[in-house]
Amino acid sequence: MSTSTLEPKSTSAAPAGKSGNGAPRRDSYEPNMVLATQTFDVVGTRPVRHDGADKVTGRALYGADLALAGTLHGAILRSPHAHARIRSVDTSKAEQMDGVHAVVTADDLPEAEDKLVDVGEGDTRLSYVHGNVLARGKVLYQGHAVAAVAARNQHVALEAANAIVVDYEPLPSYMTAPEAMAADAELLHSDLRMKEFGEQTDKPSNVAEHFHWTAGDVAEGFAGSDVVVERTFDTATVHQGYIEPHNVTALWNHDGRLHIWCSTQGAFVVRDVTSKILEVPVSNIKVTPMEIGGGFGGKIPVYMEPVAALLSRKTGRPVKLVMSREDVFTGTGPTPGSHVRVKVGATADGKIQALEATLAYEAGAYPGSFVAPGGMCVFAAYDCANLSVDCYDVVVNKPSSAAYRAPGATQAAFAAEQVIDEVASKLGLDPVDFRLRNAAKEGTRRADGPKYRRIGCEEVLQAVRDHPHYAAPLAGPNQGRGVAVGFWFNVGLESSCTLNVNTDGTVHLVEGSTDIGGTRTSIAMQAAEVLGIAAEEILPEVVDTDSVGFTSVTGGSRTTFATGWAAHDAAQKIVAEMRARAAKLWSVEADQVQHAKGMYSSNGNSIGFRDLAALSSKTGGPVSATATVKPRGVGGSFAANIVDVEVDPETGKVEILRFTAVQDVGKAVHPSYVEGQMQGGSTQGIGWALNEEYFMGADGTMENSSLLDYRMPTALDLPMIDTCIVEVANPGHPFGVRGVGEANIVPPPAAIANAIHRAVGARMQRLPMSPPAVWAEVAES
Amino acid sequence: MQSIHVRTKINGQAAEFLCEPRQSLLEVLRDVLRLTGTKEGCNDGNCGACTVEMDGRIVPACLVLGAEAEGADILTIEGIAEGSALHELQNAFLEGAALQCGVCTPGFIVASKALLDSNPDPTEEEIRFWLANNLCRCTGYDKIVRSVQAAAEKMQQEATS
Repeated sequence: MSTSTLEPKSTSAAPAGKSGNGAPRRDSYEPNMVLATQTFDVVGTRPVRHDGADKVTGRALYGADLALAGTLHGAILRSPHAHARIRSVDTSKAEQMDGVHAVVTADDLPEAEDKLVDVGEGDTRLSYVHGNVLARGKVLYQGHAVAAVAARNQHVALEAANAIVVDYEPLPSYMTAPEAMAADAELLHSDLRMKEFGEQTDKPSNVAEHFHWTAGDVAEGFAGSDVVVERTFDTATVHQGYIEPHNVTALWNHDGRLHIWCSTQGAFVVRDVTSKILEVPVSNIKVTPMEIGGGFGGKIPVYMEPVAALLSRKTGRPVKLVMSREDVFTGTGPTPGSHVRVKVGATADGKIQALEATLAYEAGAYPGSFVAPGGMCVFAAYDCANLSVDCYDVVVNKPSSAAYRAPGATQAAFAAEQVIDEVASKLGLDPVDFRLRNAAKEGTRRADGPKYRRIGCEEVLQAVRDHPHYAAPLAGPNQGRGVAVGFWFNVGLESSCTLNVNTDGTVHLVEGSTDIGGTRTSIAMQAAEVLGIAAEEILPEVVDTDSVGFTSVTGGSRTTFATGWAAHDAAQKIVAEMRARAAKLWSVEADQVQHAKGMYSSNGNSIGFRDLAALSSKTGGPVSATATVKPRGVGGSFAANIVDVEVDPETGKVEILRFTAVQDVGKAVHPSYVEGQMQGGSTQGIGWALNEEYFMGADGTMENSSLLDYRMPTALDLPMIDTCIVEVANPGHPFGVRGVGEANIVPPPAAIANAIHRAVGARMQRLPMSPPAVWAEVAES
Repeated sequence: MQSIHVRTKINGQAAEFLCEPRQSLLEVLRDVLRLTGTKEGCNDGNCGACTVEMDGRIVPACLVLGAEAEGADILTIEGIAEGSALHELQNAFLEGAALQCGVCTPGFIVASKALLDSNPDPTEEEIRFWLANNLCRCTGYDKIVRSVQAAAEKMQQEATS
């Protein structure tokens, strides 16, 4: 396949605005920018997903569905305090209870060595991972795991866990970054020293790291601006909210081999992190990723796997642990709350002169809040020579934060995109036009340094400007339309894929990427495209860590991009081998055999893939190929929204009347699932914008840890989410694919805030924009 | 704790089981009868992943005690397809890409079937209202609602042809 180039084309293989079934969408609109020089037979079509039948019949096996013979059930005792010293843990009563087989605490874990460990999307200190799995000495948040029990059944386990007596000495707790950053705040970690500008300092602090990026001269830029707007914004802690709670079954067999079955975004991460925590060689651990019921970044960390393993080692039996919903809220995730200041200056002709931001994110109990990506993304859509960004990663007494879809970027965009809107408004410019005048493009340098390769920021904004939704009239008072744009990366990391050709012409595809949203199919389609066979003739399987080469997490919008690339490369090896096999049949050289769309031909002879596969035994034996990749040609993605809201001034309730999600996806491999990512990310963004938050009591405990009180959007809260797929090919990928899964969550809160402002004049500086918050702002404005 | 002997009907077949008084129908279905298609997302009636039909009404199985199933007629996701033929809703969910991770899907399909059984031609608003107790975190509901609409249309065509 040649590297793709761009030229305008009037039709797309994936008509935007039309789903696989159901009624056509209103005002169907196709942006006039698509991949043009490549045409595809499989990529861009909408086959039924390979795991579909299992998932609509209840047959698919998720982690909690596993029941090995002799399994014991576990429960975890969690801290009721937000911050406390553990004076003692008395497990004697629990251990004596009928039906209890084992109890473990942090004392059962090996001492953590002071070293870094790769936890899926970057490195962290092993002691932090350790401390989060089972608290040692101190608990740092309500929900922090303290001890665990294995028992006959889950009821007995829970009773026993509650019979463990922990003597706590409560300590002052800090719930927000500004509180924890205060000069007189007590340290959460006595050994934490601030890292500043990449250097380790000796300053004891609750600020784990301070990042700073600067370019040009910001002061001069503001001095030369006709309009300068500066505002400060706060966002609440929110949770990824996957429907399936975390679960694990572990069997530490008598031969020393540890087998873990769990719901994870990265089986190899579970293997490697568990290996480091338990000091067991990776070769002694096998991780089988079960079907996963949502993750959104929150199922990258390791929580219960080492605990289940310890309980299994103590009992000699398989041990299963499943979190309750309350455990999920208080013991996992969430995404950091934030405190963000943004300042933007522009000249009267609509040119941005200076951009400045300070971001402080709540990492939770341990460092690592994704504030740095927030800082990289805060102005990612704009081309400006003068900018300055400061980021503070702050530990607070909340659960250790985890990645949540474009981690860090949504909070940043909520701030930046409102200030950008306000500047446009003060200049009397259309908000989309103002963004277009300043849009980042190929060669623009991002705040953190790198220059963009080909990106689709302008094309996305043009699609917004030209979309019929943007020109449609609003129907009444208290209605408003907002727009916003956001950016997220695409990471390469590492993937492996094996293809085994069957003699009936089908191909088994073996891969190690957890399939959260249809990636078995989007990966298989890329192999099918190269082989010139149907998507249905590829049979993909996600396997355990013993059965496939190393594969990094399903995260960073990388799975279709990178594991798809590995499938593409393996398929090219198959094609080369099949040419050699055909050459053998016809007694010619392999380079005399041509391949096109699954047909192999030479000098008037030709044979199809299936027939050639049937002859594999006669032409040299089984045909199989493996490819591994560490791709560099990553393609970041821009997403934008047009949203219409109606605000009820009496109650402050915001209704979403119409929502259009626009995103540059490079190439939509399976347009239905691309639309699904855009719709799902948008909806999570809507929930983040309007409803979702951790209500923390004065004592630092969560007061709404149920799905009734933590209010995620329901079907009734939403209109249809219209999608507009923009395809600006990623020149770094064989099919032009960009990361798709994440950028779509970035703009919604800002777009909705801008819509609220246009509807009722209130400038919302805090998330969520729940009815009481909006009502208060409306009353004030 | 003394077990209770319960006689019930599940997916058209007579079923008997022993359960503890504190065990929910969800636990019984999953752990005792090994019908694991019914999922647990919250265990307090707020996510809809464990939706089953009981005597013609949809209920969250986590809020029903196993003992309450005595004499009842229960339909779970495992009983939706007829033999080797998928239900139109199941086909529509696949054609319409109405699932991503799939863990909420059994609950949505059971709930949607109950809707179409009582209201073969629902409006978008009626579908959204009916499914408001089923949480999906992946799809934004768009493709689910459209797939229910598509299945309704197909079933009506079949009914009139």
